[in-house]
Amino acid sequence: MTASTSPRPDPDTLLAQMQAQDKRAARGRLRIYFGASAGVGKTYAMLAAARKQQAEGHGVIVGVVETHGRNETAALVEGLHVMQPKLIDYRGKVITEFDIDAALVLHPALILMDELAHSNAPGSRHPKRWQDVDELLDAGIDVFTTLNVQHLESLNDVVGGITGIRVAETLPDTVFDAADEVVLVDIPADELLARLKVGKVYQAQQAERASRNFFRKGNLIALRELALRRTADRLEDDVQAYRVEKSISTVWKTDAALLACIGPRPGAEHIIRSTARLASQLNTEWHVIYVETPQLQRLSSGQRERILKTLKLGVDLGAITAILSGNDIAAVIVQYARAQNFSKIILGRGHPTWPWRPPHLNRIAALAPDIDLTELGRGSADPARVDEGSGMPGRNHSVVEDMEPKPQDGKKRRWRYALAAGASLLTALIATPLLPYLDLANIVMLFLLNVVLVAVRFGRGPAILATVVGVAAFDFFFVSPRFSFAVSDVQYLVTFSVMLAVGLITAHLTSDLRYQARIASHRETRSRALYEFARKLSSALQTEQIFEITRDAVANTFRAKATLLVPDDAGRLQPPSFDPGEASARSTIGALDLGIAQWAFDHTTPAGIGTDTLPGSAYFYLPLVAPMRTRGVLAIQPVSRRWIIIPEQRRQLDTFAALAAIALERVHYIDVAQDALVHMESERLRNSLLATLSHDLRTPLTSLVGLSETLARSKPLSTQQQTFAEALHKETLRMNNLVLNLLDMARIQSGEVKFNMQWQPFEEVVGSALHASQSFLGKHEVQTRLAANLPLLSFDAVLIERVLCNLLENATKYTPEGSRIVIGAEVSGQFVEVTVADNGPGLPVGNKEVLFEKFTRGERESATSGVGLGLAICRAIVGAHNGTIRALRPYGGGASIIFTLPLGTPPAMPDMDEGTDGNGHDLP
Amino acid sequence: MTEFASTVLLVEDEPQIRRFVRNALEEEGWQVFETATLRHGLVEVGTRKPDLVILDLGLPDGDGTDLIIDVRQWSAVPIIVLSARTNEGDKIRALDAGADDYLTKPFGVGELLARVRSAVRRLRQPGVNADGVIQFGDVKVDIKARLVTKANQVVRLTPKEYCLLTVLVANAGRVVSNPQLLREAWGPSHLESSHYLRVFMGHLRRKLEDDPAQPRFFLTETGVGYRLLLPL
Repeated sequence: MTASTSPRPDPDTLLAQMQAQDKRAARGRLRIYFGASAGVGKTYAMLAAARKQQAEGHGVIVGVVETHGRNETAALVEGLHVMQPKLIDYRGKVITEFDIDAALVLHPALILMDELAHSNAPGSRHPKRWQDVDELLDAGIDVFTTLNVQHLESLNDVVGGITGIRVAETLPDTVFDAADEVVLVDIPADELLARLKVGKVYQAQQAERASRNFFRKGNLIALRELALRRTADRLEDDVQAYRVEKSISTVWKTDAALLACIGPRPGAEHIIRSTARLASQLNTEWHVIYVETPQLQRLSSGQRERILKTLKLGVDLGAITAILSGNDIAAVIVQYARAQNFSKIILGRGHPTWPWRPPHLNRIAALAPDIDLTELGRGSADPARVDEGSGMPGRNHSVVEDMEPKPQDGKKRRWRYALAAGASLLTALIATPLLPYLDLANIVMLFLLNVVLVAVRFGRGPAILATVVGVAAFDFFFVSPRFSFAVSDVQYLVTFSVMLAVGLITAHLTSDLRYQARIASHRETRSRALYEFARKLSSALQTEQIFEITRDAVANTFRAKATLLVPDDAGRLQPPSFDPGEASARSTIGALDLGIAQWAFDHTTPAGIGTDTLPGSAYFYLPLVAPMRTRGVLAIQPVSRRWIIIPEQRRQLDTFAALAAIALERVHYIDVAQDALVHMESERLRNSLLATLSHDLRTPLTSLVGLSETLARSKPLSTQQQTFAEALHKETLRMNNLVLNLLDMARIQSGEVKFNMQWQPFEEVVGSALHASQSFLGKHEVQTRLAANLPLLSFDAVLIERVLCNLLENATKYTPEGSRIVIGAEVSGQFVEVTVADNGPGLPVGNKEVLFEKFTRGERESATSGVGLGLAICRAIVGAHNGTIRALRPYGGGASIIFTLPLGTPPAMPDMDEGTDGNGHDLP
Repeated sequence: MTEFASTVLLVEDEPQIRRFVRNALEEEGWQVFETATLRHGLVEVGTRKPDLVILDLGLPDGDGTDLIIDVRQWSAVPIIVLSARTNEGDKIRALDAGADDYLTKPFGVGELLARVRSAVRRLRQPGVNADGVIQFGDVKVDIKARLVTKANQVVRLTPKEYCLLTVLVANAGRVVSNPQLLREAWGPSHLESSHYLRVFMGHLRRKLEDDPAQPRFFLTETGVGYRLLLPL
């Protein structure tokens, strides 16, 4: 990190801070009322603050509050809205629990959630209340809550050590540290004891018992100190954050990430808690690793379970975890530390091993002299938690490999031992006829060969048995006196010892090799599976293919049933569909809960078995998060719960999910691109068709118009010829108008007309329409009566001109020569009303609406030709402008068509008075 | 009508249209050359040096606008465009490329001849006479004196209105496209503000036309531009 001399904060830090603020802004704020023990008045303080908020006009709801029968507290609840708890039926008993869904629906500004560390009843959405709170915060609801110091996960064993009572309900420190505000509620120990005596904390009969166990003065003072110190730590963080923000001083940290190493022994949880505390004090990232050696793979399943649980605790407290494997623990740790750039390693105090083996600490110190090492003392043993030795004894495989269910039951194991012993006896049998020809030393070699073979084939235990049986057989069958275990020559004792030693070492080394080979092949299988999966997905072109590939891959790699759920357009997940024949597949889906899947999808957080959300479910729901959005949910029915907790396993599954998500997204965009292409193609086709039609129809029409006019103008012509030529010309023009209308109608109906909406004065389009209609207006008289206050209107001038031309043409068509046509326009409400009226014979009775239908003509028996397309187009155009069109029979007779155009807000105009104020540009 | 035979080049692929256009123009005393393709048209303009070009925009071997751009690099010959398209954008492009006028198919013989006369007259004798005065109806514009009168009454115009008027007067009889008018009066940054133009044209009409809703001189070429129509 460069030591900057300027007091300016690092831009990256500020950016991160701004992003964090943005995230916080959408999220609700969490305030924790923090106390040393029960009875200090946290709930009281919280309620008092909530009442104040309510008085200030914020919506406050009491989600959960425990008054413990205290009158003062109960009095404060009065007047606040208390939510009805949800009733959960649990094994015949009815338990009341906080109703998170109701709270999310109510969506108050602030909700009170007493006892943050509370564990929810089985069957609730989350196992812990703090997870409910987290969801409430995510929904943008502010939360006030309370917490006692002994419930903090990292202080749990410290408090346990002080008070002798360990609470089961703990809260991850990350939640506490992430709180927006922490209010310390504090009273001196004496006062608390006094309150306890008066019965203000517990009811009388409980008080006596409580004070004897927990509420001893010494305890209370120690707890108070812990609470104060923890709050002070937090405060320091706040100050630090403030300093970075305000650039008061350049306090830049070097990378001080911590690496905690745990072993299989019970002290591991202590290491994790201590490291978590340290990490939060140093405000740094931390990892927890477990190194599995060949020795460690012989642990009981109970112990393995415990290791996974310990790692899970690390995850809960905010660590990144990994299980590594190798022979040399120290070397593996150093390698990991170097790869991940750790400067500090934390280890537990080692248990005494063989005197010639140096403790790991010294080995690491020798391998990596530059890395800081911290050795932690052993934590106080916790009798309640020791579950060592439970479960089955030493099955010979590792934590990582555990998910492969190997049918290694006792029967099979006994067989292997029997075979190993048998092999030694067989060796003796084969060697007996060779005795005359071979030296005894060479017969020893045969026995050693047998041990190696057994070790390779059956592993360490059988090999040791084979060694022992071999030594015995050699003594019994070959060393004189033969067929007796007595030994005449003392030298043979050396032979036996060496033979035993060589056999044991061989067995040990061989089985180590076997282990290494298995780990290697396991890794290879894993990467091969990933590679195969990625390769298959890359060629998938349809969603169904991705479904199938994912299903097969999960089935092959994890031996688990998997289902992909994808959302519909509205973002609701769809139940999986199967071929009707696949009855077996259908039955497995029975336990699939779409509700949980939907939750996982909406929150992009894994849910179900092995997670914090509805862990009771039989399925594990993994959201498929792609770069653009979540593409669906992968539901997996794992073999066991442990299977999901193994970090490597989860990581591989996450990779699978990411690959599937990207594949789904890719397929989605293929569809989008194809749709766009099809759309473009059809639009292009339609447009080119219309353009061709328009050109092909208009070209002969142009010839007809021109030629007929030329004919009419040419001299000399008889009167009749002249009339014919003019009629020809007129009809051609009408035909042209008809073609124009037809093409316009086709274009509007195809929905592909691009309206060229512009703000313009209406007057102008009237002028151009009249100019364009000159050819047929003939002897009709046209008047314009446009209101002076007409504002600018937004319309497509070409199309509205077409409307006016059509209306004018209609008016001339159905009225005798010399009639008057009036075009009027005035503002009426939110519209401008345009009227085209004539004083002709008027509209036919009864079919005013039909008038605007396609191909309707106004008059029943008229010499006037032409389909009534004109008015239909008028209606289509006016409708596209969000206006209406109607026909009227005015009082004074005649016909009148009225259409409206919406007013809208015209854009700003430049200063209208520019130049007229005589500033020199003015004209005289 | 004319003392010597003026030449006109007609570039049009439809023989029937060529036939009646040729007929009409020959009656007016023009010597007409015809061609049906863009390629030949370009050669003919170069070799025959016609006094007028009538050009169809939709030719089988290309867009007529290309020919306009090409010819305008070395010749100021009046070009009248025939367009069968409803797309106003094409017309604006042709006008901006340098075409003098356009006719939308189908067009009448009378319309054609009027445009031809107007184009030729503009070439021989601009709308403004030697004194810098132009007159239409009862409106008189004195460019030199910056004086506009209607029925001998002085009309007060704002600088923008006057600017628009001078652009239209300078191009009297021709269609001036909306973008061109906007550029002249407001500069290139206001090409999207076509409502300015429409409002000021409305003012101009109110001040200079008898009935602004039925203009005789300041005609709107809908979607394309404006034309100051001078009485023949």
